[in-house]
Amino acid sequence: MTLALVIEQVLNGVQLGVMLFLMAAGLTLIFGVMGLINLAHGSLYMVGAFACASVAALTGSFWLGLVASLAAAAAAGALIEITVIRRLYQRDHLDQVLATFALILIFSEGTRWLFGSFPLYLDIPPLLQGAVGLPGGAQYPLYRLAIILAGALVAFGLYALISRTRLGMRIRAGESDREMIAALGVDIRTLYTLVFALGAALAGLAGAMVGALQSVQVGMGEPVLILAFVVIVIGGIGSIKGALIGALLVGSVDTLGRFLLPQLLALVVPPDQAGLIGGALASMLIYILMAIILAVKPRGLFPAQA
Amino acid sequence: MKTFLKAATLALTLGASSLAMAEPVKIGLITTLSGGGAGLGVDTRDGFMLAIKQSGNKDITVVTEDDAQKPELAVQIADKMIQSDKVDILTGIVWSNLLMAVVPGAVAQGKIYVSTNAAPAALAGEKCDPLYFNAAYQNDNLHEAMGEYASKVYKKTFIMAPNYPAGKDSLTGFKRYYKGELASEVYTKVGQTDYAAEIAQIRASGADAAFVFLPGGMGIAFMKQYAQSGVKIPVIGPGFSFSQDVLPAIGDAALGAKASGQWAKDLDNAANKKFVPAFQAEYGRLPSIYAVQAYDAAQLILSAASKASVKDVKAFTAELNKADIQSPRGKFKFNTNRHPIQDIYLTEVVKENGTLTNKIVETIFTDHGDAYAKDCKK
Repeated sequence: MTLALVIEQVLNGVQLGVMLFLMAAGLTLIFGVMGLINLAHGSLYMVGAFACASVAALTGSFWLGLVASLAAAAAAGALIEITVIRRLYQRDHLDQVLATFALILIFSEGTRWLFGSFPLYLDIPPLLQGAVGLPGGAQYPLYRLAIILAGALVAFGLYALISRTRLGMRIRAGESDREMIAALGVDIRTLYTLVFALGAALAGLAGAMVGALQSVQVGMGEPVLILAFVVIVIGGIGSIKGALIGALLVGSVDTLGRFLLPQLLALVVPPDQAGLIGGALASMLIYILMAIILAVKPRGLFPAQA
Repeated sequence: MKTFLKAATLALTLGASSLAMAEPVKIGLITTLSGGGAGLGVDTRDGFMLAIKQSGNKDITVVTEDDAQKPELAVQIADKMIQSDKVDILTGIVWSNLLMAVVPGAVAQGKIYVSTNAAPAALAGEKCDPLYFNAAYQNDNLHEAMGEYASKVYKKTFIMAPNYPAGKDSLTGFKRYYKGELASEVYTKVGQTDYAAEIAQIRASGADAAFVFLPGGMGIAFMKQYAQSGVKIPVIGPGFSFSQDVLPAIGDAALGAKASGQWAKDLDNAANKKFVPAFQAEYGRLPSIYAVQAYDAAQLILSAASKASVKDVKAFTAELNKADIQSPRGKFKFNTNRHPIQDIYLTEVVKENGTLTNKIVETIFTDHGDAYAKDCKK
């Protein structure tokens, strides 16, 4: 095992973490402010990817696609907030889960109806093609570095938005006491729509950036959604800081587990068996991590105030 | 979600005059039409329906349902098709784990199953069944061919597949014919979309080739990420990794990749020259290997239906076993375990008039069967 390999795997973990953070940030924000469990968050991720892929195919520019993904996901988010989600705030979580699960099905079938069942093509922009050399002899894809950078910028932007702006103040106020903030004359309905659209835009951005790396296809959001839920449960539901730490933790544990477990097992069992068992164990690892963290801190690492 | 293809009244009014042998046959087509694996299922359905349409046979009814790539759903659909739709034959499942959930129950109830793709080792050997036919291959076959090819060209290979029955069959098949050294053997999660950790391992492995079996969306994600990683080790794989359903989404990253297949669109035979343009005219895209396999499965059923009554299962399966069809693959016959004996070719991804596709480079195996046939005594 060389230093270059270790550096590369650590970066991979961070990159996966950053991508998860973009998903988890919106999810946790929506839960924190509105107390809503939004299963359709993965669909917004898919909407972002499809918007980016189709606009990029039409105009030839990934960057226009990226803008389109933000706009499309935010618009889709605002639309479902106004038409469906708004009716769910007063209901219990089961109703929310049922309604947003229905939204997943509607989004998936709607997307299939519009774009068909075959995956769409979305390539990395020419500017970010290829790999760059890193200290220690490692090579790393430029695009993944760009994702890490974009995620860091978003994390910083969210922090500034929430702790430094008037909108952020209202979001925090809405989190701690929604009756009081409404009584103070803040238009809570618009605030909720804004927060929902913001969360949706972040998911759309994640979908577009990841779409260029993976395949843009119907149902791409759900596996990521599950990981994002693990992240916010680990980080403490409602906490942006928790989402960031949780995402980096899940990203690193998952990546390093997939890489190290089979190698460790290979010391004791034959290599083909080590690959099989190690692979199976690695896919359980983040859930084991979640169980351990919940056993020690039942409300997650950074619980938002009740 | 259901497609009923029927114009039975016509056949009834024609009465006993022309189609004296014909007995109505009801086929249940269970395949993946939603989710990440939908591209494979859509090609399966379209290939199958093309053969039915071309035959003009009005006595065949096809009931299609979507299994969403979920074993439990596939089992429910199969039960419903057998009990309430009263189908005679089941077909269409793409994935081995789904097939394993459906086939043993279906054949136990006396239904014939003709597989259009999935061919797990477990049903090819000791547990083979006289009612279970496979029109595609045995799972190991294409991987065996790549093992044979890699032995000639490479010395140290990194091998990788998803952790499910066909993934294990894949690496077993590869190792059966590969004589060189293995750099590492990696199993990934089914449906995994990020391969950064595995690509880093390939880079560090010092291998001179990477054999990768990742069907559908998994392969698209892997190839795109691999192209960006700057790793120069060539990727080889079975045909599924570079088949027509995924090539447009992978893009130029796939150019030059070597794979194995029992069919390619440039294969030189009369049936293929008829099939490819017909598929293109009907659906406006090039057929994938899944479409060919399903097309042949439908041809097999049609050929048997024209000679025997499906109610007489013994006579019908005997006719199926004769494989009296013109396959776009060229030669096609059944082995003793009712899996194909066929040629397997080395293919390369090329660009033709701006479209990515596979072309045949050489023949790897001639009249290749499988390793499990000798254990099939039924």
